Amino acid sequence: MMASSYNAKDEDGHITVTGPGGGTLRSKKPENTAFKQQRLPAWQPILTAGTVLPAFFIIGLIFIPIGIGLYVTSNNIKEFEVDYTGVDMSSPCFNCSQNFSWNSTTPCTCTIPFFLEQPYESNVFMYYGLSNFYQNHRRYVKSRDDSQLNGDMTSLKEPSKECEPYAYHDNKPIAPCGAIANSMFNDTLELFYNDPNGTKVQIPLTNIGIAWWTDKHVKFKNPGAGEANQNLTAVFQGTTKPLNWRRPVYELDAAANNNGFINEDFIVWMRTAALPTFRKLYRIIKSPSNGMMPTMPRGNYTLEVVYNYPVRSFEGRKRMILSTISWMGGKNPFLGIAYITVGSVCFFLGVVLLIIHHKCGNRNNSADISN
Amino acid sequence: MTVLKDIPEKWFPVVLPLQRKKQKGLNGDKKKRAEEERRVRANDREYNEKFQYASNCIMTSKYNIITFLPVNLFEQFQEVANTYFLFLLILQLIPQISSLSWFTTIVPLALVLSITAVKDATDDYFRHKSDNQVNNRQSQVLIHGSLQNEKWMNVRVGDIIKLENNQFVAADLLLLSSSEPHGLCYIETAELDGETNMKVRQSVSVTSELGDQNNLASFDGEVVCEPPNNKLDRFCGTLYWQDKKYTLTNQNMLLRGCVLRNTEACYGLVIFAGPDTKLMQNSGRTKFKRTSIDRLMNTLVLWIFGFLVCMGVILAVGNAVWEREVGSLFQSYLPWDPPVDNFLFSAFLSFWSYVIILNTVVPISLYVSVEVIRLGHSYFINWDQQMFCSQCNTAAEARTTTLNEELGQVEYIFSDKTGTLTQNIMSFNKCSINGQTYGEVTDPLAPQPKRLDFTPFNPLADPDFCFYDDTLLESVKVGDSHTHQFFRLLSLCHTVMSEEKSEGELVYKAQSPDEGALVTAARNFGFVFRSRTPGTITTTEMGRPVTYSLLAILDFNNIRKRMSVIVRNPEGRIRLYCKGADTVLLERLHPCNQELMNITSDHLNEYAADGLRTLALAYRDLSEDEWESWSESHRCADKATNCREDRLAAAYEEIEQDMMLLGATAIEDKLQEGVPETIAVLSLANIKIWVLTGDKQETAVNIGYSCKMLTDDMTEVFNITGHTVQSVRQELRRARERMIELPRTRVGVKDEGMEGCGEACFMGNGFRGQEEGHGTGGGGEKQLQCPLPPAPPPPALPPPPPTNLLENISGEFALVINGHSLAHALEADMEMEFLSTACACKAVICCRVTPLQKAQVVELIKKHKKAVTLAIGDGANDVSMIKSAHIGVGISGQEGIQAVLASDYSFAQFRFLQRLLLVHGRWSYLRMCRFLCYFFYKNFAFTMVHFWFGFFCGFSAQTVYDQYFITLYNIVYTSLPVLAMGIFDQDVPDLRSLEYPKLYEPGQLNLLFNKREFFICITQGIYTSVVLFFVPCAILSDATQSNGVPLADYQTFAVTTATALVIVVSVQIALDTGFWTVINHVFVWGSLGSYFTIMLALHSQTLFRIFPNQFHFVGSAQSTLLQPVVWLTIALATAICIVPVLAFRFLKVDLKPQLSDTVRYTQLVHQKKRKPVGRSMGDAWNGVGSVSESRLGARGGSRRSGYAFAHQEGFGELITSGKNMRLSSLALATFASRHSSSWIDTLRRKKHTHAHTPPSASGECSPAPSYVSGSVAPLSNSSSVLGGSQDTPIEEETGTAPAQNMQTVLTSSTQTPPALAPTSEASAPQASGQALNAGILTPTAVRLDGGDSPGGWTITLETVQEALFGWKARATASSSPGPPSVAKETSQNE
Repeated sequence: MMASSYNAKDEDGHITVTGPGGGTLRSKKPENTAFKQQRLPAWQPILTAGTVLPAFFIIGLIFIPIGIGLYVTSNNIKEFEVDYTGVDMSSPCFNCSQNFSWNSTTPCTCTIPFFLEQPYESNVFMYYGLSNFYQNHRRYVKSRDDSQLNGDMTSLKEPSKECEPYAYHDNKPIAPCGAIANSMFNDTLELFYNDPNGTKVQIPLTNIGIAWWTDKHVKFKNPGAGEANQNLTAVFQGTTKPLNWRRPVYELDAAANNNGFINEDFIVWMRTAALPTFRKLYRIIKSPSNGMMPTMPRGNYTLEVVYNYPVRSFEGRKRMILSTISWMGGKNPFLGIAYITVGSVCFFLGVVLLIIHHKCGNRNNSADISN
Repeated sequence: MTVLKDIPEKWFPVVLPLQRKKQKGLNGDKKKRAEEERRVRANDREYNEKFQYASNCIMTSKYNIITFLPVNLFEQFQEVANTYFLFLLILQLIPQISSLSWFTTIVPLALVLSITAVKDATDDYFRHKSDNQVNNRQSQVLIHGSLQNEKWMNVRVGDIIKLENNQFVAADLLLLSSSEPHGLCYIETAELDGETNMKVRQSVSVTSELGDQNNLASFDGEVVCEPPNNKLDRFCGTLYWQDKKYTLTNQNMLLRGCVLRNTEACYGLVIFAGPDTKLMQNSGRTKFKRTSIDRLMNTLVLWIFGFLVCMGVILAVGNAVWEREVGSLFQSYLPWDPPVDNFLFSAFLSFWSYVIILNTVVPISLYVSVEVIRLGHSYFINWDQQMFCSQCNTAAEARTTTLNEELGQVEYIFSDKTGTLTQNIMSFNKCSINGQTYGEVTDPLAPQPKRLDFTPFNPLADPDFCFYDDTLLESVKVGDSHTHQFFRLLSLCHTVMSEEKSEGELVYKAQSPDEGALVTAARNFGFVFRSRTPGTITTTEMGRPVTYSLLAILDFNNIRKRMSVIVRNPEGRIRLYCKGADTVLLERLHPCNQELMNITSDHLNEYAADGLRTLALAYRDLSEDEWESWSESHRCADKATNCREDRLAAAYEEIEQDMMLLGATAIEDKLQEGVPETIAVLSLANIKIWVLTGDKQETAVNIGYSCKMLTDDMTEVFNITGHTVQSVRQELRRARERMIELPRTRVGVKDEGMEGCGEACFMGNGFRGQEEGHGTGGGGEKQLQCPLPPAPPPPALPPPPPTNLLENISGEFALVINGHSLAHALEADMEMEFLSTACACKAVICCRVTPLQKAQVVELIKKHKKAVTLAIGDGANDVSMIKSAHIGVGISGQEGIQAVLASDYSFAQFRFLQRLLLVHGRWSYLRMCRFLCYFFYKNFAFTMVHFWFGFFCGFSAQTVYDQYFITLYNIVYTSLPVLAMGIFDQDVPDLRSLEYPKLYEPGQLNLLFNKREFFICITQGIYTSVVLFFVPCAILSDATQSNGVPLADYQTFAVTTATALVIVVSVQIALDTGFWTVINHVFVWGSLGSYFTIMLALHSQTLFRIFPNQFHFVGSAQSTLLQPVVWLTIALATAICIVPVLAFRFLKVDLKPQLSDTVRYTQLVHQKKRKPVGRSMGDAWNGVGSVSESRLGARGGSRRSGYAFAHQEGFGELITSGKNMRLSSLALATFASRHSSSWIDTLRRKKHTHAHTPPSASGECSPAPSYVSGSVAPLSNSSSVLGGSQDTPIEEETGTAPAQNMQTVLTSSTQTPPALAPTSEASAPQASGQALNAGILTPTAVRLDGGDSPGGWTITLETVQEALFGWKARATASSSPGPPSVAKETSQNE
């Protein structure tokens, strides 16, 4: 129970104290610095009525106008959505959705007519939406090989293990490997405007600029992208297409800058969604260059779907969405409403707190404030 | 360094067994542990090696370079937390489970491990160094007849080594011979037991004759003794030499760790070496102290584990359902991983996956952060200038770094007295000579009198001596014979030894500081004691050397309470000088002293009222015949074989009669600086202070008064002095009954008054008081606190009478209990009774307690009260108490370092305790609580998002965030701001927390972090996580970029949520931080900045180009953070998270402000008004100081004789025998310590002989009820400055209570009919017929005179007992008119 930390220092220390040689005695007084004495200058905020209540009002006053602004903007955005899954018997795509097989050679096509009540000005964005599709599932999300997609030749031949079970097929590496690539959305959507005078005009759809710039230019690269006169077919020699694909990756598009891994449809698909219901940009309908005509005038339209992508097995839904866009993006009423709500609640809270403070708040405080 | 010191303690239990194991290994199969006796033969290494005793090499270090890594890692993984993370790491290696990359766990784990490893390595390095230093010390070993220098570690058992003066003893030695006569040698054992006085050791006489080394070399005795043990004060063995047996005791041993003093050299035989020495055997075995927060934290962590498992189960069930309902259908796109063939197995895997990603609710950095914060706080304690004592050049030291926040929760303080509360310095303060009093002028208005300068008058004066009354010096100078006689007595009648190092430089070695003070006083007034021989005393009287022949010393003992010397002066006159307790001495005066005695008695009462210790001085001229005849009878008595003591006492008694009174002295037992103020402040902070002291009851009570623990406005002070179980139980019961009764009888007015102001006072709590000079808040507030003590004691087995009633008593009580009674009270069946009584009292004083009892008392409170205890002491006798309390504090620099070594905190003065507790402790607690709240909050907010996401990602254990974010969140993005808060935060400045001790209460009640607070944090965290998940979820699912690209992709979502999270927790820490220093700013803004910087870097193209497979998030940050919608989302989420918190906190502050809020607020207002903030405090303290200065005279009290207290008997004999003359000073100490344990015997004897009742000092029977004015509490003086805002009840109380007190005590303690009580004031006439009254009542009168000092009760009780035991015979005497005749008759009786 004693001398618990016996060590020489203690003994020596004792000697110097008791012994005569006190000359070495050095003051052990701690330094008098603001830091060591815990006297650093400091700002000491306190929650007082004088600071908190104005804060509530200010938040309210900022949020409500923003909310109104957002709400109005969002309301001005036109959006049209059509579900073409073909669940109903009445649906034109019912047949296609019923007899589906991955290996069918003849594409099934269905045509859905719809009517736009309002003309769509400026660029119109065309999305496909999927529901109940778990792109955010852990095994799904990780099932890709970013090295391969970045054009790494080694990874092209030896896809990462993460891609299993979509890494090899028939002992050949799959390019692009993984479940994400394998399940790529491959419906083809085409829009036709039914002119009031009876002609059916195909609306031109742009598939450039639908992917993130960084994805297109940094993250995704075709193998051997640096070399001149690269031949994608040759580059992908020795690999095989993903199981569900009808065409190999190097035949996704005719245009060389949109083919292979840098095909934008592919890139868009590869950017997995956060939630099981999502939409992805499919095409852009550029506004006519003269700008006088609306991009999509009011009227009857037809959506022609080449129905390749089965979703009914897992009770998924497929939609086509047309939308205009504002400075803050697409239609998003929630944001505006949320801002208005939060703003009002803050304001209201401010009022309530003010009343509470005046009725039963600490008299001392208020007295001191008035001083 | 401080940090390192506690480590050896912690590890000793590990180290010693390790060493043993090693030795066991070396020794083959011989069992060392089973050593039953030790045989050592001197000078025979071969023989001794057979037994393979441990060598003298000590090893306290744990590692060497090679073993460090494995051993340290092994140790670290013994920590549950580390193992847990290792387990997680292994789980992550399974691909089907791994929901996170391996580095998310290994980086924090590696960080934590390496921090700990570095700390361990440094610690061990220093241990190596100190080991080496000790092991390589040189000692002289006698080998083959010649002395050789050997390192300590090479010394073997059985060697004979030579020690020289001031050397450390290298091992436990048997002293063989020394250079001093009789084989004596002197050692200082401060290292071992903390006692600084020297002790004497003597060798067995046969070996002491061996003398020089040649003889020693041929010495071949064999010692058989007990095996190694840790009993420092015991040794038994036998020396066999030349066919004879010699018994060996501890008196013959020199233990390792001692230092040889004042002895030229000595030889010793090594008996125990190295790890077997008593010093090493005593090392370690300390319990590792944990704080209550630690324990709570561990519980909470377990709960969180449970919670984690629950979440895992919920999500696993979800996974099973999902895989069955959806996943199985989704297989065309996402087939199950190969080993998974059904949803159940998938769910099983998913459970582990979720355990991995949700593990951050139990953050690995928690423990490390807590350690870091505590370390910071410890450094602040070490650095605190205001806890630095410049006199002794000692800074406060936090020797343990793990207990800081517990300092903010202390509820009970157990304090030693001597050296802790008092300085153990006596100063000659006043004296009364021939009816004239000298000493300090107590007029507080007068300017501070000048200290007298003695040097021009007397070159031999002690420059340190302080005296302020120059009339006394004048009186000496003019040659007043009484004054001269007075100081001559002081210079002759004592047992002090002097040492004159050089001409005029005198050093006195006194066994009791009282005596030293008196002799020093005489020295300064011109009667210098120079030297003594067995038969003479040489003094210098007024510059003229005089030698008296010393005829006899009639020594002091506890029964006599006086000592005398008989000297013959150069003229040949024989005179007896006597000094002693007034109670004893005044009885033995010559009747002609009547008048002088009355005056002197008045003076004595005054002195006692000032809290001084008094002695009366008298002399008697003896004729040659008287001397001759007495000396004959004395010799007879001395030679008597049986009853020698009694016969001697009778002989002394015979001659100490008819003495002439000279005067009286008053000695101040100096309190340490600031003790009363500290105690007042601490008790305002609702801390209960118990004094546990080995001192006598009178001394303890006296000190209790002078340091304001006991005050005159206390309702009652109970004395428990019973010697039997029954009587103790009865006394305790009665005390409790009184406590419950008293307030009831006082009813009405007071209670209502209390209640009435209660609310207001409690709310305002000193806040308003600041403007009003703080009122006299102390008394009233304490009463208010009574109804809310922490936890009622658990129901006792034998249900003690109404415990809960005791919780509600109002009124202040104190309990004084002595050692015997305590021994009974601590027995199992009575401890609850004792506890409930003692805890209802405001102050408890335990006197005459042994070190073990000190520890028992502490354990008792620890066991039955859920309260944090702190023990403070300075000596070796406090070690047990210091170790058993939650927090042990050692006072350094007084009595060796033993207490300090055992303590968790050490500093030089008791008064620093208030700063340690009220400032550092409070801050530490506050910071730790805020830290923990925030820490749990931020981790729940962070982690629970995954839980919600689980419902949207098919329960697949997909994380919401980027894995780098998960890795860095706890160790980079959010660690520093909360650390800064944990280290630097202050709610109110230090001065304020001293000013408003009530601020300490939240800690005691454990309000800032408990399970409730924890749930609030958790709820807040979960709420935040809900907001952080669902707001982005709702907004982003539909949102698109301005170029039409949807924002609902996983990476954008991850970045948005992570950013929102970091911002929300940063705003939250900003709200939590109450004290924004530069460092906080740097850390908060720096963390935010680092978040964005690191994120942008991780998402940059550069890194992606190098490791395309590791940085999936390339470009996400850039494109996401450019979107206004994202920022709108973050702003919205932040607002939703923070606004309710803000509103809630505002409401709390506004409607139910804590005291700290109010103080803070006041501070703010003051700053705004630009009022000088510092004024109140500085002034306040000055005020307190001045109060204490003028304290003398403020209170009345009973007489307390100084002589009886610190003195030990048995010295006179030693002096006259001359045996010790050469080493006089050392011997003093020796004998002092030898007799120190005998107080019990003394007491027992006392009981039988029934010493003497105090003389009934009837002179003081002056009109009694002066106490009303006299007792307007010293405490209230000081507390009025210290805070609190009431004023009302005190006067009232003092008005009514004492009157009842008298009644109380008399009735309860004497069991005489209550009818007697009211008569007490007029005691003398009333008592005439009553046998007992004289004994009982007169002391009461004394008390009444001085104002009502409960100190008086002490005497009352004792007197009563004595009276009951056997003073009936004397009682008749009380009918005679006055005390002198009582005294006279008494003496005749004897």
